Amino acid sequence: MTSLLEVKDLRVYYHTPGGTVKAVDDVTFDVQAGERFGLIGESGSGKSTIALAIMRLIRPPGRIESGEIWLDGENLLTLDEEEMRRRRLASVALVTQGAMNSLNPVIRIRQQYADGLNSHGVDVSADEARTRLADLLVRVGLKPEVADVYPHQLSGGMKQRVCMAFAMSLRPSLIIADEPTSALDVVVQRQVVQTLRQVQEDLNAAVILIGHDMGLMAQFAGRVGVMYAGKLVEEGPVRAIFRRPEHPYTRILMESLPSLDEKEVLAVVKGAPPSAQDRPAGCVFHPRCPFVMDICLREEPVFREVAPAQMAACHLHNDNIHKENLLHENAPKENVYNQVHNQDAAVSAPAREAKS
Amino acid sequence: MTALLEADDITKVFSSGVSRRAVTVALRDFSFRIDATRPSITGVVGESGSGKSTMARLLLGLETPTKGAVRFRGADLRHLSGGQRRDFRREVQAVFQDPFESFNSFYKVDHMLEVPIRKFKLARSAGEARQLILKTLKAVGLRAEETLGRFPHQLSGGQRQRVMVARALLLNPKLIVADEPVSMIDASLRATVLAALRNLRDEFGISLIYITHDLTTAFQICDDIIVLYRGYVAEAGDVTQVVKDPKHPYTQLLVSSIPRPDPDRQWAEEPQPSALAAQTRGDPGCLFMARCPHAFEPCVQSIPPLFRLSKRRAATCYLYQDQPTLALSEMDELLAGAAEEAPPQASVPVADAAR
Repeated sequence: MTSLLEVKDLRVYYHTPGGTVKAVDDVTFDVQAGERFGLIGESGSGKSTIALAIMRLIRPPGRIESGEIWLDGENLLTLDEEEMRRRRLASVALVTQGAMNSLNPVIRIRQQYADGLNSHGVDVSADEARTRLADLLVRVGLKPEVADVYPHQLSGGMKQRVCMAFAMSLRPSLIIADEPTSALDVVVQRQVVQTLRQVQEDLNAAVILIGHDMGLMAQFAGRVGVMYAGKLVEEGPVRAIFRRPEHPYTRILMESLPSLDEKEVLAVVKGAPPSAQDRPAGCVFHPRCPFVMDICLREEPVFREVAPAQMAACHLHNDNIHKENLLHENAPKENVYNQVHNQDAAVSAPAREAKS
Repeated sequence: MTALLEADDITKVFSSGVSRRAVTVALRDFSFRIDATRPSITGVVGESGSGKSTMARLLLGLETPTKGAVRFRGADLRHLSGGQRRDFRREVQAVFQDPFESFNSFYKVDHMLEVPIRKFKLARSAGEARQLILKTLKAVGLRAEETLGRFPHQLSGGQRQRVMVARALLLNPKLIVADEPVSMIDASLRATVLAALRNLRDEFGISLIYITHDLTTAFQICDDIIVLYRGYVAEAGDVTQVVKDPKHPYTQLLVSSIPRPDPDRQWAEEPQPSALAAQTRGDPGCLFMARCPHAFEPCVQSIPPLFRLSKRRAATCYLYQDQPTLALSEMDELLAGAAEEAPPQASVPVADAAR
């Protein structure tokens, strides 16, 4: 089976006076038609850069260094600018966190919709456009009358839903939603994300939801990828990732989630993500990893299948490592680096009795 | 006994427009008190426009109330003497949302910490100042070698925010008002800031007002919670009771909207407002009526008072009109602070003696 979207060995670097920033470094993943894929990562992990790369909207000093992005059997990176412009919105649409601010506040929604159709050479009568827009607005849970208002008359959540209506106007096969709700309140967030889900089901489009809110991911995605410092470190079905994360970073993310069920000691993660210019050698996560081994300082782990349909880049999954020892307690005692850097780490080794 | 900081029936109205006739009531009939001898963490939650940030600014003296008064040790914030103002500026500290904006990016972190020491003459020598800074950084879980001598942009968001907490802590305050202190910080670093905040109460006896839209973190660190909706208290009381079993329909909506990080616990559908709510939109009744699935006759008539549901909880909703009412000015009766650990009558003299 061929995938709708295939991202292969993608590298996007920013060449700044302060050095080269490897925003996305050798990332490979695919998304099936009609799938809801979640891309999780903290700020600076490269998740938004991936969205921009798929849209071919990387601007200098950024550059796509290498890799391929296949959408519907076409490598987007080999298209000329005009061909790519036509694919945007028609084949792949992007809704960002600030999408609502991209609406012109003093032009009616109806006119902005018509402008979008025109620029893609869609020639429809005024009546036809009216009917189509009304239909789109109803699908995102708004009243058809919204077509005749100015964006400044709408709330943030409503504007964000208008943007979703626009995003689906040409029935793209892929919608990328980059933190579409992080500026919104929790009640509105639920409305917007459920709208996105409705849109996805109606169009049978694939959606990539980008964000850092694990709760949203659990509610929305069927499969998720986890980014850290420009690398995809883990990927798999959402249930597997939430139940049994195989990469230590994913596991720490899960443990540091505050719960609504019980008050608990908050798991405190030592250290901070590496600076973009100065990524550590070996595994990018090793300075914060509670399970770090000597090999992690030297060799970059291979991204490989570690459980059915679940991929991770971690040396703990090397065949010659005795997993039982490592996964039950902290990293090997003889590891000097670990002793220096994690002596007061509050991250406990999670109980992994189930594993063996 | 005089409260450290007390909001006495305050209302804040913002007017706008040419004739100043467009009126927004940002905070309505709000009363609250912080007792310095019973350190507690109080969460104030609500959506944007709920008045939670206005409340913080009023308590900090950055806004003046339209009605009512905020008092520091019994003295109205508007009429503090020089000495009282100085005490107020030292004992009540603020931590804001964006740790970038609070820093001057041209100064090293050290500067941020040295200024208050100088202004408030907290140390007699450079060496003593240095010791104080090191001690304070340690208290918020920062290492001096990772923070001092650096510029703000060289620190992570979590580190920057903890420097802000350290700066507040330097002054040995009695109360810290923190407005969305973790909402711009990444998940893996958020816990470090929350832990630092909670530590303030446990180790230094500092009270905290934690203002947020995030019920989950409020549940994790708070003793009490006040839920605001459009400037009015919706529900208040013990945080566990309120979050586990919300009584006000707005609190119920908030709790049910939180996306649980568990693929097997799917979001519930949003309840539809009742038919009555849709018809009577704009009437001078309950502020939540237009969105309320339970709206009925009494809701149309007037804004509901606080109904006391238990010793530690009350809600402003006519669904509970059989319960005794509680004056808004007596809301602090519900907020027992750290009373669970030590009964109030016992903790007062002990804490007094310690000072």
